Amino acid sequence: MFGLGKKDLSLFLIVVGLALFAPFLLNPFPTGSSLAQFNAGYPDLMQRFVIFGIFAIGFNLLFGLTGYLSFGHAAFLGMGSYAAVWMFKLLSMNVIPAILLSMVVAGLFAVVIGYVSLRRSGIYFSILTLAFAQMSYNLAYSVLTPITNGETGLQITLNDPRIFGVSATADGGIPVTNLFGLEMRSATTLDIAGWSFSFSAGYYLCAIMMILAFYLAIRIFRSPFGLMLRAIKSNQHRLNYTGLNARPYTLAVFVISGMYAGLAGGLLASMDPLAGPERMQWTASGEVVLMTILGGAGTLIGPVLGAGFIKYFENIFSKINDGVLHSWFAFLPDGIENLVVGLIHPFVGKGWHLTLGLMFMLVVIFLPGGLVEGGQRIGRLMRRRKKPAQDPRKPSPNPAE
Amino acid sequence: MDAIILQILNGLDKGSAYALIALGLTLIFGTLGVVNFAHGALFMIGAFCAVTLSRLLTLSHQVLDESRKDFLGNPLKVDVPYVTEWFGETTGAAIIDWAVPLAILFSIPVMILIGVIMERGLIKHFYKRPHADQILVTFGLAIVLQEIIKYFYGANPIPTPAPEVFRGSFDFGVLLGFDPNAVIYPYWRLVYFGFAALIIGGVFAFLQFTTFGMVVRAGMADRETVGLLGINIDKRFTIMFGLAAAVAGLAGVMYAPINSPNYHMGMDFLVLSFVVVVVGGMGSLPGAVLAGFLLGILESFASMNQIKAILPGIDQIIIYLVAIIILLTRPRGLMGRKGVMED
Repeated sequence: MFGLGKKDLSLFLIVVGLALFAPFLLNPFPTGSSLAQFNAGYPDLMQRFVIFGIFAIGFNLLFGLTGYLSFGHAAFLGMGSYAAVWMFKLLSMNVIPAILLSMVVAGLFAVVIGYVSLRRSGIYFSILTLAFAQMSYNLAYSVLTPITNGETGLQITLNDPRIFGVSATADGGIPVTNLFGLEMRSATTLDIAGWSFSFSAGYYLCAIMMILAFYLAIRIFRSPFGLMLRAIKSNQHRLNYTGLNARPYTLAVFVISGMYAGLAGGLLASMDPLAGPERMQWTASGEVVLMTILGGAGTLIGPVLGAGFIKYFENIFSKINDGVLHSWFAFLPDGIENLVVGLIHPFVGKGWHLTLGLMFMLVVIFLPGGLVEGGQRIGRLMRRRKKPAQDPRKPSPNPAE
Repeated sequence: MDAIILQILNGLDKGSAYALIALGLTLIFGTLGVVNFAHGALFMIGAFCAVTLSRLLTLSHQVLDESRKDFLGNPLKVDVPYVTEWFGETTGAAIIDWAVPLAILFSIPVMILIGVIMERGLIKHFYKRPHADQILVTFGLAIVLQEIIKYFYGANPIPTPAPEVFRGSFDFGVLLGFDPNAVIYPYWRLVYFGFAALIIGGVFAFLQFTTFGMVVRAGMADRETVGLLGINIDKRFTIMFGLAAAVAGLAGVMYAPINSPNYHMGMDFLVLSFVVVVVGGMGSLPGAVLAGFLLGILESFASMNQIKAILPGIDQIIIYLVAIIILLTRPRGLMGRKGVMED
């Protein structure tokens, strides 16, 4: 079905299921319970999950398949956001033209940047992409202020022309982004017993985009084109000796991956119509590298997992403060309680970056394949325990790849 | 003319910082073949060595001062640093004033220790892994180091002044026969440049004129052969890693008065110093120094108003632009060795 193999199809259906039922799955704790703060099922965060999932899937197409480590991918995300916001300012608040333009703009820039950067490989490629991204960031901050509105960031205002839309709503407010009238921030809430699930139009738009992006990624992974990209990763010299030019393939995947980033940027702007230069900074590029590696570079599901993981940590872990910790460990004697809270304190709340950095290091050191490899190892361990007769030397097929 | 000299001078202090960090990066890359993304964090830790020492020196306790009364007539409580108590009023005050230069002595052992621990504990296990893995693990380490510093010192920049003597500015133009106040240059930046030149000279002399340096150079050229000759090259390379960390740390210590240290200053410098290393040529020590000063001076020239009038925004992108051009036209960078990371 869908031109996918059996294994890919089941993986794809799992992702579709996860994406569509996320409002349920991410809200496992009843509202008002002490664990409710671990619920991630609110639209704003779920949108981030899938948008950064798209970004990481695109990055993984480049890094996972060809091994070219781009340290400037956030530039495309930023450009996509700017393009989308300009569409909202000039055309209308409909998200379709905005998303299309953001992909086109990011794609065009990716052609130029990729054409230059892909002349080199290895660390030089990383530095070149980094240099281009930092140039875009610095320019967006300073000289390009008429286009980017500098440090404040680009926002929509009441004075924008919006040729096909309205400059202001009837009651004088700024119009909101919509899909042919369906407002992106509209949400319906469903209350069942103690749980409250909210379904937002914006989230479902992003989720459908993510499913499409994921489907395309599977097809690229399994296509002859994808095979060629893997050949580039394993040995580019040998490829050249057989008379094949790797450049068109790498450029093509660089542009595709740039357009994924542009799509993510466009969606970010569609959910919240503003764009700032900090989205292009190299730390933002570093973040997508973290997501992809943490999840598992070169695997299909890895980047999505990594993106979800990091965004979950960023939003949930950072909310745990000392008061919450004290309430958890209240059952301990006072002295031990304070000790435990004191020990955990540096790693949560504002210090969640420390946990992230440590975890990232541990993954790079012990699990170069990321969370996916960890899952596979656990899976293999379980299987071996069940069927001890199986030859341990024969590696089990990778379920996620 | 005076404007040009001023820009060259302005470029020198930034260039010195770039050159020092790039020198350390190249030492690590040339000896161990590791791309160290945590080097910016070492620079930052160096700057916080200065902060720590100046805090240690101003540790004080409260004493009742009988000669001064508050409005109720009670004796006033005054903070007295232990240092002034031990060494007397003037010597103590001078020690506190000279905290940053004293931090040089304090930071060298600290940085060497950190460097050696880093190499033995982590980087050692990454020699055989691909460069991408090295970049990633050191990037993670940089985040961790940065967050640890943030945890202890907070997120705000901490002003760390230079000694009183160096706080003024030096009228450089008068020496060259320009009008007074045409070319003014802060003393501390002059000190920074001199210090950087001293360190760079020291490192080169160490590598060139000592037996240890000779062995290290031989190891950089052909590690395996040196190992076969029965020399424990790993141990020497570990020491070189410590040395590189100390160079980065010293660059940070002396930079503290120029820019108040904050926890992400290392990351800001790291990107630029990587560009510097690549422009100079991976693995080439003179290349790193040359490219550091070159890019520093180019950057300050690009920020002249006359040039910005012609090419707006050029000051923001000049370094990256130069890097892109050099990388595309000279695959090995300015002074890269043949065969070292050429593709």
